[in-house]
Amino acid sequence: MKNKHLNRISLTQRLKAYRKHPFSFMLMILVTLSAVITVGVLVMLVGYILINGIPHLNRDMFAWEYNSENVSMMPAIINTVTMTVTSLLFAVPVGIFSAIYLVEYSKKGNRLVGIIRLTTESLAGIPSIVFGLFGYLIFVIFCGFDYSMLSGALTLAIMILPTIMRSTEEALKSVPDSFREGSFGLGAGKLRTVFKIVLPSAVPGILAGVILAIGRITGETAALIYTSGTVTGIPDNLMESGRTLSIHMYALLNEGLYTDQAYATAVVLLIMVLGINGLSGLIAGRLSVKKG
Amino acid sequence: MKSFKETAMKTVFLVSACLSILAVALICIFLLVNGLPAIKEIGVAEFLGGTVWKPMQNIFGIFPMIVGSIYVTAGAIIIGVPTGLLCSIFMARFCPAGLYRFIKPAVDLLAGIPSIVYGFFGLVLVVPVMQDICGVGKNIITASIILGIMILPTIISVSEASIRAVPQSYYEGSLALGATHERSVFAAVVPAAKSGITAGIILGVGRAIGEAMAVSMIAGNQPAVPNGLLSGVRTLTSNIVLEMGYAADLHREALIATAVVLFVFILIINLSFSMIKKAGDRK
Repeated sequence: MKNKHLNRISLTQRLKAYRKHPFSFMLMILVTLSAVITVGVLVMLVGYILINGIPHLNRDMFAWEYNSENVSMMPAIINTVTMTVTSLLFAVPVGIFSAIYLVEYSKKGNRLVGIIRLTTESLAGIPSIVFGLFGYLIFVIFCGFDYSMLSGALTLAIMILPTIMRSTEEALKSVPDSFREGSFGLGAGKLRTVFKIVLPSAVPGILAGVILAIGRITGETAALIYTSGTVTGIPDNLMESGRTLSIHMYALLNEGLYTDQAYATAVVLLIMVLGINGLSGLIAGRLSVKKG
Repeated sequence: MKSFKETAMKTVFLVSACLSILAVALICIFLLVNGLPAIKEIGVAEFLGGTVWKPMQNIFGIFPMIVGSIYVTAGAIIIGVPTGLLCSIFMARFCPAGLYRFIKPAVDLLAGIPSIVYGFFGLVLVVPVMQDICGVGKNIITASIILGIMILPTIISVSEASIRAVPQSYYEGSLALGATHERSVFAAVVPAAKSGITAGIILGVGRAIGEAMAVSMIAGNQPAVPNGLLSGVRTLTSNIVLEMGYAADLHREALIATAVVLFVFILIINLSFSMIKKAGDRK
């Protein structure tokens, strides 16, 4: 504590120092300015959309049935949830299992691991429109699923796989080896150790990755227009087409008649993203508290 | 029996891990199989170098889109890199802890905002402002501004992490030699984080060149070689988004071939990213 006081520089001292070093002062200003710009842009974006969008929210937009009168976004919201759950059902087990293989089973210097790392990294870098086109070619055309929620969900599952793999990997790596050794010492097998000891302690980290993935699914448009299609209603099953909220907004803007409704949709999307981000922040915060 | 379960699950894990390899392989195969015949039919030179894109007359030249993608990406770099880099320096070395608690979530939120919302924001705010100032609303500058904002969080988080990873002794050594705080940060710490910062910038470039929705809403989409910063452009990505819905036959294949070209760009960017990262790790 004492040390802190010792090193404290008063404002006048600092200003005096800056007068001697105008270049340093300039750098300080530049650095602060860019931080202000970054935060300012965010505030402006969120503020502009909220202020202009909230007045356009009305009950019609949340009607259960879509028609061109009410332009309801309720079906789209429900489709977004369905889409999220379906893609997570595909991606989470595969992602977690892959991470288990990479962390718990693979030996050091394994060539296959290098290849898996490389492909995961490239998968993470592929633009969503390329995923969309690929999903269209393989699921819609080749597998014959047509424009359907299933095609969209499978495409998104591939897209979010790297996110889930990476976060699970990190989470598994941060489980101390003593946990594993203790379990082995008590006579448990490898599989039991992984499922009963390692995985439960890694849950918060995995959850953070899943939430990140949910955020990506919610905001995705390019990968879905040509896979899940733009039908406005709630599909009866996964083999039918349906639009998520982001596609709904894209379609509204494309038609050009519904700017007000697009504003309202943007508000709902932003609130969803804010909620998802808050949730992941909360979990990450709890994570670091536990570690500290 | 028990050992059978162990082996079986191990195989399941291994197979899952290989699925990502399969996915990448399938993406490559499906794009190439569907795209290459079109390139062959159109002719490599005409396809990559042709400046006219008229699907109705079977003329497919994607040179304007390649140029367009490069222009808006370059614009995004000019806007996003200095701001992002300086902001990451602020966050790593200037920011008081109390303020950091607000800035960090703000940057995360910037990363989480859907691209369609960015595009919409550009459409309702930036485009009209540009219209007033320059007379043309949808142009390279508009697209660059929005893309520049979109790549900020990528650049900031990667550069911040690499600046934080620089040993404190670098900074202290510089201070001890009499340099000011700013000078120490800029002359000793930041250069040491060079490889991480470069990796962040490359990742940002990848995001900018691959962005489709936002760009297609604000860049104007004229399929012609731009003759100035104020002319509208069409990028490789928006070419696909705009026309895939109604394209058929050779037109459709030409669009898939456009994705192949985009994919090659991305692969080059990804490769240089992992090479730079590896070089940085080795150090």
